[in-house]
Parts: sequence; C-alpha cells; structure tokens
Amino acid sequence: MHAENAEAAPRRPGGLLAAATGPVYGALVTARAFPGDPPLDAALVARHKLDRAEWDALVAGLGREPTYTELGVASVMWSEHCSYKSSRLHLRRLPTEAPHVIQGPGENAGVVDIGDGFAAVFKMESHNHPSYLEPYQGAATGVGGILRDVFTMGARPVASLDSLRFGRPEHPRTPALLRGVVAGVGGYGNCIGVPTVGGELMFDSSYDGNCLVNAFTCGVARTDGIFYGRAGDPGSSVLYVGARTGRDGIHGATMASDEFSASGPSQRPTVQVGDPFLGKLLLEACLRIFEEDLLIGIQDMGAAGLTSSSVEMAGRSGAGLELDLDLVPRRATRMTPYELLLSESQERMLMVARPGQEERVREICEHFELDCAVIGRVTDTGRWVVKATPGHDPTEGGAPGPGSVVVCDFPVALLTEAAPRYDRPQGDDPSAPERLAFDPASLGAPASWGDALLELLSSPNVGSRRWVFRQYDHIVRGGTAVRPGSDAAVVRVPCERDGLEVMKHLAFACDCNARFVLLDPFVGAAMAVAEACRNLACSGARPLGLTDCLNFGSPERPHVMRTFARAIDGMAEACRALGVPVVSGNVSLYNETDGRAILPTPTVAVVGLVSREAAITRAFFQRAGDTILLLGAAASDGLGGSEWVHLRTGEVKGPAPALDLDLEVRLQRLVVELCEANVVASAHDLSEGGLAVGLAECCAGPDDPDSMVGASVTLPAASVPSLFGEAPTRVLVSAAPADVTSVLERARAAGVPAAPLGETGGARLRLEADGRTIFDLDLTSLRAARERCLTSIVGE
Amino acid sequence: MRAAVIVFPGSNAEVEMCRALTLAGASARTVWHREPNLPPDTELVALPGGFAHGDYLRCGAVARTSPVIAAVRAHAARGGLVLGVCNGFQVLTEAGLLPGALVANAHLRFECSDRWVTVEAEGPFTPRAGVRLRLPVAHGEGRYHVDAEALARLRSEGRVALTYRLASGASPDEFNGSLDAIAGVYGGPSKNVLGMMPHPERAAEPYVGNTDGRSIFDAAVEWCASRQSRACA
Repeated sequence: MHAENAEAAPRRPGGLLAAATGPVYGALVTARAFPGDPPLDAALVARHKLDRAEWDALVAGLGREPTYTELGVASVMWSEHCSYKSSRLHLRRLPTEAPHVIQGPGENAGVVDIGDGFAAVFKMESHNHPSYLEPYQGAATGVGGILRDVFTMGARPVASLDSLRFGRPEHPRTPALLRGVVAGVGGYGNCIGVPTVGGELMFDSSYDGNCLVNAFTCGVARTDGIFYGRAGDPGSSVLYVGARTGRDGIHGATMASDEFSASGPSQRPTVQVGDPFLGKLLLEACLRIFEEDLLIGIQDMGAAGLTSSSVEMAGRSGAGLELDLDLVPRRATRMTPYELLLSESQERMLMVARPGQEERVREICEHFELDCAVIGRVTDTGRWVVKATPGHDPTEGGAPGPGSVVVCDFPVALLTEAAPRYDRPQGDDPSAPERLAFDPASLGAPASWGDALLELLSSPNVGSRRWVFRQYDHIVRGGTAVRPGSDAAVVRVPCERDGLEVMKHLAFACDCNARFVLLDPFVGAAMAVAEACRNLACSGARPLGLTDCLNFGSPERPHVMRTFARAIDGMAEACRALGVPVVSGNVSLYNETDGRAILPTPTVAVVGLVSREAAITRAFFQRAGDTILLLGAAASDGLGGSEWVHLRTGEVKGPAPALDLDLEVRLQRLVVELCEANVVASAHDLSEGGLAVGLAECCAGPDDPDSMVGASVTLPAASVPSLFGEAPTRVLVSAAPADVTSVLERARAAGVPAAPLGETGGARLRLEADGRTIFDLDLTSLRAARERCLTSIVGE
Repeated sequence: MRAAVIVFPGSNAEVEMCRALTLAGASARTVWHREPNLPPDTELVALPGGFAHGDYLRCGAVARTSPVIAAVRAHAARGGLVLGVCNGFQVLTEAGLLPGALVANAHLRFECSDRWVTVEAEGPFTPRAGVRLRLPVAHGEGRYHVDAEALARLRSEGRVALTYRLASGASPDEFNGSLDAIAGVYGGPSKNVLGMMPHPERAAEPYVGNTDGRSIFDAAVEWCASRQSRACA
C-alpha cells in the first residue's frame, strides 16, 4: 500500500492492515511469523513495492494478512520482472504460432523444429540493472542465467549473442562499464565453453545511467528429449541441485523494477556472483541426467530463486508443492526463510525425479561434485507450502528439533495466474513533434566525402567491434563457420541420432536500431525484426523463430506505454510478413535515471537455418574481378535518425525511414535463393552509415588484413542520402562476372530492383559519380578508421 | 593411432579435439580425469582446452593433482606422444612435463583471434621447420614465461616448437607478450610432448575456412605409424 495511506489504515484484530473483499482460495491457513521477522507496517509493504490495490489483493487471496516471508514472496512473484504485469496484455498480440514451433512463450525458452528429429531452443534475457551496478558480475550472471534457461530444457547450448547499450562514449562511467560488461560476458561464456558468436553494441546518452545487457543463447536438443518445468505426480521428490544458497541477489527481481537516481548506485549486495566452472559442471550433470531420462520436470533457479522456480513448476502442472527449508544446502550461516526463498545465488536447479530415480540423480551429481538434496515433495493441494524450523541451522550441524513452522502457505494460482496485470494508460510523447520536424537536408553536404566516410567509420556506433569479440571465445567447440563481424553468425552443430550424424547449420543475428524506434515505434520495431532476418538472409539462412528483449522506461508513464504498445504492433506486423514466430522473450521496464527513459530498445534475436554448407555466405568481398550489385530499395532518403545526423547534431531526429515490408520479404527470399544457388560470393545488408559504410565494410571487414579486397564503384549521383542514408531493405552482393546475368534474372523474377554498382579489386575503395571522383581511400586507412572506433573509449 | 583425450571438470574443447584426431585417421576416446589408467595401447594423449577445475588457484594447478596425470606422466616417460593445447599446455607446465609457465596476457584481456605461427623445431608433431600456419588462439593466460637458463636450454635442444610471427613471417607477433613470442614448446625424452597455446583442432576442416591445424594431427598419426612399422620390422 502507499506509504501516505499507512496511518489511515484501520487496525483490526489479528491484522495491521485492512483486508479487502475478494476471492479466497482454499481453506484459511496457518502460516506463522518466524522468530526475528520484522513487524509488517506500511513502510515495509511499500519497500516491497506493493501498492494499495496489490496489498488488498494479496490479503484477499490469502484470506488473512501475509507473514513477512510471504510478503517477500508476493513482492517478487508480482514484480514486473516475474509477472509481466504491465506488458502481458500487449505481448498477446505477437504471432507465436507456426507449424514448426514446438514450444512458444511461457516456458524457460522457445523451441523450434530444425528437422531430422532435432530442435533449436533459445531465448534472450536482460540483465540491465545488475550490470550497471556491478558490470562484470552483472553481465556474467546474465549469460549464466540464459544458459541455464536453455539447458534446463534438455538442450546443449551451441551459441550465444550479446546485445549491449552504453551511455555516450565521453560519459565518465562508459569505459568502466564497457570493459566490465565485455569481460563479464566473455568470462562466463569462455569458461563454460559456449561460443559467443555475435551481438551488437551502441552508445547513446539516454543509457548514461542505465546500460543494457541482453544475453541470448541457443541450444540444440532432440525433439523427443525436451524437458519442461513441470512438477508431476503427488508424492514425487523435489530435488535441489548445484551451488549452495547464499545471501547474494536477494530481491534482484524486485530491484529490476527500480529506477536509478543520481544519488548513486548503492544496491551492490543485490547483485549475484557467477561461477562459470560450477555452471559447466551443472550443465554436464543436467545433460547426463536428461540422457538417462531420470526426470519429470526441471526448472532453473533464476530471478527470485527457489521461490519462482518452485512456484512456476507447481503452477504449470496445476499441482501443489511443499518445501522444507531445513534441507536446503547453504553457504552462509543463520539464513532466514525469507533469505533462503529470495536468494538469487547462481548455478542452482530444481528437479522432480521420476519415482525411484532419486539415487541415480544423486550419483550423477556426485560424479560432477555437485550438491544434491531432496528438499520437498509434490502435493495435490494446489498450495505452495514452505516450512522451516526456528533455531535450526544445518551449517552448524545437528538435526532440526521439533517445532517446524509453516512460513508460507499460498494458493499457487495467487502467485501465478492471479498476479496483477494492468492495461496502463497510454499517451503521446510531447517531445515527438519537434524531433520529427527536423529536416536532415538542412545539414548540407560534407566538404570532403572521404573525410566524412572515415569519420563515420571511426564512430563508436559504426566501426569494428573487434575489440569486443576478440575477448569472446567465438570458436570453442569448433563449429563456428561465420564469425562475428559478418552479417549473421553461422555455427555447425553435429546432431547424432541412432549412430547417424546430421550437420545442422544454424544462423544467429540480433538487432535493434533504437533511434528509429524513438522516431517511429511501429516502424522502428518492425525494422529491427526485418534487419535481423535480413542479416540471416545475407549469411544464406532462412529464419525459423524470434526471441526478444523489450527494454523500455517506466510503464507508468503514458508515452512510454504507448511506445511499447506501438513497438509490439510493429514487431508483430514484421514477424507476420516475414513468417517468423515469436517463441520466447523478456521484458525489462523501468530503465530510467532521474526520470529520463532510455531510447525504446526492443532488441530481437532471430535463429535460422542454412540449408547446406555450400550456401553459407559472408559479408566480405572474396576476390578481385567480381561485380558489385545493390539489391532492394532505391535509397532516396533515410537520413532521419541516421548516424550522419547524430554526428552533425548530437541528436536523434528527423523522420524515420519508411519500411516496405512486401519488398523486404521479396528481397530476403531472393538473397537466400542467390546464396543457395551459389551465384553470389558475398552478401551484406546496409544499415548504420548507409551505402558508403556498407561498401567499406565489405572491403575492409575480414579478420585477416591480407584478405581485404578493394572496389571501384560508380553512382549516377552522389548525395548525402544516397551515400549515408540508412533506408532499410538493401543488400550489397558481389558475383563472379559469369553469374551476373543469373543474379539480375533472379532479381527481376523476384520483383526486386537490382543495380550493378562496380567491380571488386585493388587495394582501394574508389567511388565515382557525376563523372568525378567522390572518394578514393586505401583499404589500410579504412580498416584503421574502423578499428579505432572504440579506442577513444577503452584505449589501445 | 589410438588417442585418449583427457577430460577434467571444466574442460571444454574435447569435442573439437576428438573430431580433429578422428579426421586425421586416429580413433579418439575421452578419459575422465579420475581414471588412474589410460586405455590399453594408447599412443597419443591429448589434453584439450578449457578451464580445468575452473582454473581456480592457478591455471592447471589443481588439474595436475588428478589421478590420470600419473598415467600421462608414465606415458610421456615411455616416449608416448602427449599433446597439450591451451589449457592442456597450462596443465603440462604445472605437472612439470614441460618447463615454464603461462601467465596472464600482457594486455590483461582474453584474446580470441587467428595468428600466424612459425614452426621453429622439427618433432613428431611438426615434421618441417619453417612452415607457417594460421591458427586461432583463445586464451586469457597464454603468455609463455620461463627463466633465462631454461630458455637457453630449450633453444640449444631445439625445443622451442612454435612462435607467433606477423604476416610477413619475419618479426615476432607480440599480441600476448609471450617470451620470445613462444607459442609452443617440446618436452619429453624424444620431443614426444608438445604444449601449444594455439588451437590446431579448431582449424582442421575446410568448413571453418582454414585447415592449417590438420598438419599437427597428420604428423602425429604418421609418426605413430612409422614407429609401429619400425617396431614390427
């Protein structure tokens, strides 16, 4: 309840705060305070972020006032992070179905069929707030958490991506955050042995006090070996496996709904600490346990730890669950029920074993030197009941004495389906009209096109991300065919069944140009989906499914809520047009500092499949003498919200580029067809920095400087929009002279404009227009410009 | 050739090691670190990359106490082939099978990139000196260090196996600060033990765009075959 109402609340016998009328689930029960529990008062309730209506609903649902422990549990389960209370209504508008979808949203991760009896299992999740407080551990545990979400479902993780946003490069915290987050992502992924094969990185002042760390992982499982977070039959044992419980991360899920303030971050104790080595042991133990088919259900302990894992498990099966906290392995002394239930200690799993298989599970855990304990059982009561013995601390030895107390007794549904959900008010953004009124043409043309291109290439938002991905083991397990730096990463996964090995070539990309989402939430979000899928097409892959991480400001602000709703609609339209179902996702709201929201950032990650090895295509020109062609929309504009405008004005403004989804679909089909027909040597989509930057990337992008190939290009006319405009739906390809006719014919048949621009070769990138040289730059200087884009922030 | 790939808790590159060995014609099987014995007739022992025991305390420091290490040591003493890659190299130095130590990269960051490596010394894994190989590295602690006396001995005995070189092949590539740009060293009674930081097993198939790493495995298979034929003769 609100603090200001506290004193007015009437006191009743047996209750400090008024109970409202409402449904009462089941019988009235007996949960009792635990010795040492603080008394419940309005301030305590407010600290748990329950508002008046939510408090009333809690009391009504319980039929009494909660215990302190129950208040903590309700607070996390009803947090935005766990309950999606502001977003759920809108998320329903996303298309989630397709014939090849095995599991859509609602489980630990989404699952799509990749053929031959195998499935891709993937999800993306945010770890924004912890990463801002403690960049290394925040990022590392973000990676650890998403990995567990994926292997919980029976899949071996095969690739990760990370989508990162930081404040402006010159902000004093940006260097430490960038260094810490990148080291943390690498620290976890490298050790556990899952390649981090790609991602994205952008800087904007709106993230100054609120960086974004979105981690994606994809795994591969047998379609008949997918595990779900279900509880099974009454009487089954509930097992706790993995790290011992400590005091780290208590209330992390509630904190995720905090806005930061200038008074500074002081919430460090709520950040979890990761142990990737333990994560690796847990991964291998789980996969062994799955292989032997010993489980009915499994759920990882992520946000809200033991509470959310056990409640979700019970909720999905319509069962009940009883936990005995005396049996929970722990690494800190004197932990209270409240702490044990809300700790977010990492690398822990909750399992329900098949009857009689508990001992075999324990043996496997012992092999991997992991703790394993039976801590409860499945019931048929529909209630989530937690017991603990006052005064008993297993770390001090001895058996618990008599006098076990029920500290929580919830109807399961009260914590799951009956969690609050809101249709929050929406309104216009008052600052939008001024932003959109800006005319980029007013900026004029640069004095030197060559200098302007080098300036764009060395911008932290445009240049090479090599400093980042060099810190990620992107080749562990030996399957990475297309490495970071190209369009979509491609990883080969050997899939073995009945002694036969089938190679699957999975492609991954994540994207979101949040500037366009700010300028037009519908088009910007649709463009994120289109670009991720276009990146896949450029590597030769067709998209199978999408996961998202929707990062926005406070949903309590009407214009943020409208932006969110419009972004969902834009994503939905693009997903439908491109035939890509949304199979999992995550929402992160309250990304604000001192009342200023981040750029609306609905990041999407798409998983696709390359039909065969020979179709795999890279972004870079492969050899001299190939013809360069531009496929797709004729760029007439696309300067609004572009890097060019930002470099010149320091602001994100102008009208967002238009997106023609029909053409986008035709273009992407065409590009995949060209890759599969082996008539193109390279394919690269145009995005930040437009055509000029795209050409420079095709020339100067390869890992090995010796592999760079120059180009000579001729345009009818040179203008700022034609060179630096960021209109979508464009792909640069190169083709051997003998294949050019085939490319043009296929483009004509597909209804996609195609224009030869020039030829590859030499050690320079030269562009001519109107019969004169617009720029003529050697590849070494292009490469140097791209490679120095982050050194201004992190040094050499 | 029969190869045993040792798996410690935290090893993570055994999959590509087995694959590369198999592609070279070897039969490869994994051996859990608690095994006191190697499978019978093991000809090559490979210690793969990863973070054995989490690399806690010091890379390889805990792994050297694993039961299987005694068997690896005996195998090496008999002249059997031992290949330690990345974390495997770190374990071999900690176990005293190779001199020196691997410490944190000079730039203090993890480094994953392709480097040019030159074969400096001939041995069972590197039949021809002067060959240049493009091989990936992926390590946070790959900066080789050894004292001056041991370095002189390594040099005089021709046991500096591999060095990092820039593309030109002439000047050293000092990306991780390794002493004399050393990427790999030979040990054992007959240079039968090789420790190297670069990952040849991740550059062994046309699929990944680079097969330079194959030569290391091909050479080992050939070496075993020729020794076997000598033994039979």
